[in-house]
Amino acid sequence: MFLNALLLALREIRRNLMRSFLTILGIVIGVAAVITMVTLGNGATRMVAEQISSLGSNLLIMRPGQRMGPGSGGAPRFRLADVEAITSQVSGIKAAAPSVQNGATMVAGGENWASSVNGTSNAFFVVGNWVLASGRQFSEEDEKLGRAVCVIGETVRQKLFNAGDPVGSSLRVKNFSCEIIGLLASKGQGAMGMDQDDVVVLPVRTVQRRLTGNRDVSTIMISMKDGEDTDQVMARIRTLMRERRKLSENDEDNFNILDTKQIAQTMSSTIGTITNLLGAVAAVSLLVGGIGIMNVMLVSVTERTREIGIRLAIGALEHEVLLQFLTEAVALSAFGGLVGIALAFFACLALSTLMQMPFLFDPGINILAFAFSAAIGVLFGYMPARRAASLDPIEALRHE
Amino acid sequence: MNVPAARAPEATGENLIEFRGITKTYGEGQAAFLALRGVDLGIRQGEFLAIMGPSGSGKSTAMNILGCLDTPTSGAYLFQDVHVEHLDRNQRALLRRNFLGFVFQGFNLLARTSAQENVELPLLYRGESPEARHRAAREALNLVGLSGWEHHTPAELSGGQQQRVAIARAIVTHPLVLLADEPTGNLDSRRSHEIMELLVRLNQQRRITILMVTHETDMAVYASRSVHFVDGLLTEDTATAPRAATGEPACS
Repeated sequence: MFLNALLLALREIRRNLMRSFLTILGIVIGVAAVITMVTLGNGATRMVAEQISSLGSNLLIMRPGQRMGPGSGGAPRFRLADVEAITSQVSGIKAAAPSVQNGATMVAGGENWASSVNGTSNAFFVVGNWVLASGRQFSEEDEKLGRAVCVIGETVRQKLFNAGDPVGSSLRVKNFSCEIIGLLASKGQGAMGMDQDDVVVLPVRTVQRRLTGNRDVSTIMISMKDGEDTDQVMARIRTLMRERRKLSENDEDNFNILDTKQIAQTMSSTIGTITNLLGAVAAVSLLVGGIGIMNVMLVSVTERTREIGIRLAIGALEHEVLLQFLTEAVALSAFGGLVGIALAFFACLALSTLMQMPFLFDPGINILAFAFSAAIGVLFGYMPARRAASLDPIEALRHE
Repeated sequence: MNVPAARAPEATGENLIEFRGITKTYGEGQAAFLALRGVDLGIRQGEFLAIMGPSGSGKSTAMNILGCLDTPTSGAYLFQDVHVEHLDRNQRALLRRNFLGFVFQGFNLLARTSAQENVELPLLYRGESPEARHRAAREALNLVGLSGWEHHTPAELSGGQQQRVAIARAIVTHPLVLLADEPTGNLDSRRSHEIMELLVRLNQQRRITILMVTHETDMAVYASRSVHFVDGLLTEDTATAPRAATGEPACS
């Protein structure tokens, strides 16, 4: 009987191809929107998680000033001695790296590239999970004497040296020339879309002496040992720093420590919320699509009153007519759902490529969206089908 | 639900259809309109009955009740000794499906649907296999002289041809009774006579009982018996010498 109803329904859909197409358009768009939103949201969440973890696992970032964000608000900067104290006195720490950022134009072989240099130590490679593609890290003397040597990232190599191996060449940074001793393995795009490979690393003393002209350290990046409790390590660092800065008990901290894992979680949950919100908006469009189906089915029942009369007169039972119209609505909406899934697949593929995000195909949301579209067919198809089935055959046959 | 049992159609000795004191009232109270005021009528298997009368005389109401589309207000309607007035909507639908065929004045074919598919429609509700449907529909179309027109839609057929498709649809299930409501009302005189000859042929060769509403005496003469309705009452019941069918499938 179901097969029969399906046959009748498909015949009817084929008979009104254009109308059927317009009817399912709402469902197609609704399903495609829901799936696209959720898929892209999942991709964004995954991307953020990957970027944060590529930044370094168990990473703490300490900056001067009370609040998060840029600017230290006049709070005293750190010194190299602070980094050394943290490394030697705080337990549970794998490495602590100073960081002095300075914007600079790099020139090599007639090409130039505006970027920033990062004055730091070998701990930088540990903290940032960096691997050298070729060359070497800083030697003890490089660091101690502040030699003009640097390690560059993949982007800088591409901009200045094309395909060649840059190790051994010299790079002009602002007003001095330094020797390239190493090349970092590529990491790709970082958090917030910044290019992590656009990096030039020098010994911290080199940058202080030649570029900033002072002994400040703007940021300290600290990597914890695996399995350490973040809060405890942060508390130990805080105690040490308060001591070193001679803060009395009533003074507030004039530095702050960020936990990247926590940032990652916050960002992931924020993106999750936005994803759900967008998904909900898209679901409303699916609902509107369902109402569109009901509208068309009601018009269709009115338009086909005579036809229903014929069917009833030649012996169609009430539930057969009901089933026919219901099947028609469900077939329409389910087909719309399938087309929507296909559309969403290509939309996600295109958009994730465009936004350089991972494309995570989630079968769950696809099945859910399909089931939902079919359910909409039942929900919004029932009323028109009921109306069709309860028509009086005599009245229906008389209908013009 | 009970399907009214089929009885041997050879039982010509008694009535296939019987109206006993059938009345039909539309509306209630002051506005009540008595469409049928107590009609007694017996129809035997194999008869070709013309139902005549002016408009408003109750012939259409009688036809709707005969076709099990409507129920009488009072009285008994026996179809093969089954009391139709006691059947519910779905039981009457099954009765129509199994024993009755309908032909209407306005043809009532499904638009944008081929002649073949139109004829197959009743078989679809019987759940017959595609092969059986196709074969039966082709046979029925052949019988009404429309071989070769299977894939034309109603819009591509003349009025006469459309009515032939409708007749094919009505007889494809091998019904006991064919109910025709002004089957020639929308046709010119030549086509009308062709349709009537087709009906006579079906009546004589396939022993299908035909009940036909008409107000044209020209058409009524094809019937073997004619009854007249006036003001909701049966006033005249005459047996006529049935006009012999030409036997040729009339082509239009």
